[in-house]
Amino acid sequence: MEVSLTVNGRAVTSDVEPRTLLVHFIREHLRLTGTHVGCETGYCGACTVHVDGKAVKSCTMFAVQADGADILTIEGVANDDVLHPVQEGFWERHGLQCGFCTPGMIMSSIALLEANRTPTETEIRHGIEGNLCRCTGYHNIVRSVQYAAAVMRGEEPPPPDWET
Amino acid sequence: MYPREFDYVAPASLEEAFVALGDDAKVLAGGMSLIPLMKLRLLSPGLIVDIGRIPGLDSIEEADGHITIGALVRHADTASNPLVTANAAALAVAASMTGDVQVRNRGTTCGSAAHADIAADQPAALIACGATMVARSASGSREIAAAGFFVDTLTSALTPAEVLTAIKLPKAGPGEASAYDKLGRRGGHSDYAVAGAAAWVKKSNGMVEAARVALTGVGTKPMLLEGVGSALVGADGSDAAVAAASAHALDAVTVLEDLYGSEEYKGHLAKVFVARAMKKALAAV
Repeated sequence: MEVSLTVNGRAVTSDVEPRTLLVHFIREHLRLTGTHVGCETGYCGACTVHVDGKAVKSCTMFAVQADGADILTIEGVANDDVLHPVQEGFWERHGLQCGFCTPGMIMSSIALLEANRTPTETEIRHGIEGNLCRCTGYHNIVRSVQYAAAVMRGEEPPPPDWET
Repeated sequence: MYPREFDYVAPASLEEAFVALGDDAKVLAGGMSLIPLMKLRLLSPGLIVDIGRIPGLDSIEEADGHITIGALVRHADTASNPLVTANAAALAVAASMTGDVQVRNRGTTCGSAAHADIAADQPAALIACGATMVARSASGSREIAAAGFFVDTLTSALTPAEVLTAIKLPKAGPGEASAYDKLGRRGGHSDYAVAGAAAWVKKSNGMVEAARVALTGVGTKPMLLEGVGSALVGADGSDAAVAAASAHALDAVTVLEDLYGSEEYKGHLAKVFVARAMKKALAAV
């Protein structure tokens, strides 16, 4: 079946089987491999992308369901060489170790901060409840999102834990 | 993981969907339950009927003394809609505790009901709130009380020819309130319910005039606990009355042991959450 959608601002048209999952379409048809396949069962969130502005798990959606949709993947969040504040936060506050969950974490965090400019720590933890990290214990991920929230509000980010 | 091959149609109207449906077809709305089952190849329908492009099914409306939730209303919308929070608080809370953020952005309240998982949150709230399920097919429309809709494990009262096109909730009257609470599999409120309970109460002159309490996660299906509700009716709604009523939580329930708890533990949780749901509902009146 033919699907036409917008991915990171670029119009794409492709012929897919109905059973093609959106994540496979993104990775294998478009060769955008920043979106990861983790658990494949809908739990881990490594495959999180934005579909029409909402964070969704692209392993649990068929590409044909996204016909006509506007998709944002991790490749589309930076502004050329300038990182998105959430990417910058993960860099500055060591929000990753192996990095496998990071693209999904960043996409969920961006969705959270777009809906809530001043999240509490509890709201951040709930906002990323659909994303599993097996390395960090989430502590530095939460600090990374807090850093990004401050930057996006035009404020000075809180100092890193290791300096306080 | 790829599902087995299937044919796919995305009808533009319910009438077209009814024509396509049959024994080897499955309705796709949000896909949060159906797609994982297909990927695990526990289910391999020959035809997927994607109702996601049918207009007019994604709204929550008030008409004729009811709140109507359309087949494409997402969990996130059910959780935050003012009509739902005002008239069926138990359902709004259950929707807010369903899955995770991404699942709530895609999955639908009607889809969760049609899937009829034994540990889903919203079915218990639908039963307690006295919801009516609207099932339509090529041969017409019928309404099924939520209490009779969840037939068995992963089995609803829908026939393969039917689509759950809407859920109707009664408007809350004076003295009426509802609540939902659960223990999730990942602790707190996350993931499916190890045990969850919804309660709806109506109080007048300081007495409980009517009550409906439903349980999920513990038995073979989300179900109405008639013994609990009738024990609460006529009482004053005090903590002692709630405790006495919650003692009936397992009267008609076959407790299933699973990976998340023994029969004894889950039976205990059932009573705890039945009591908590009733207390919250009574406090909200």
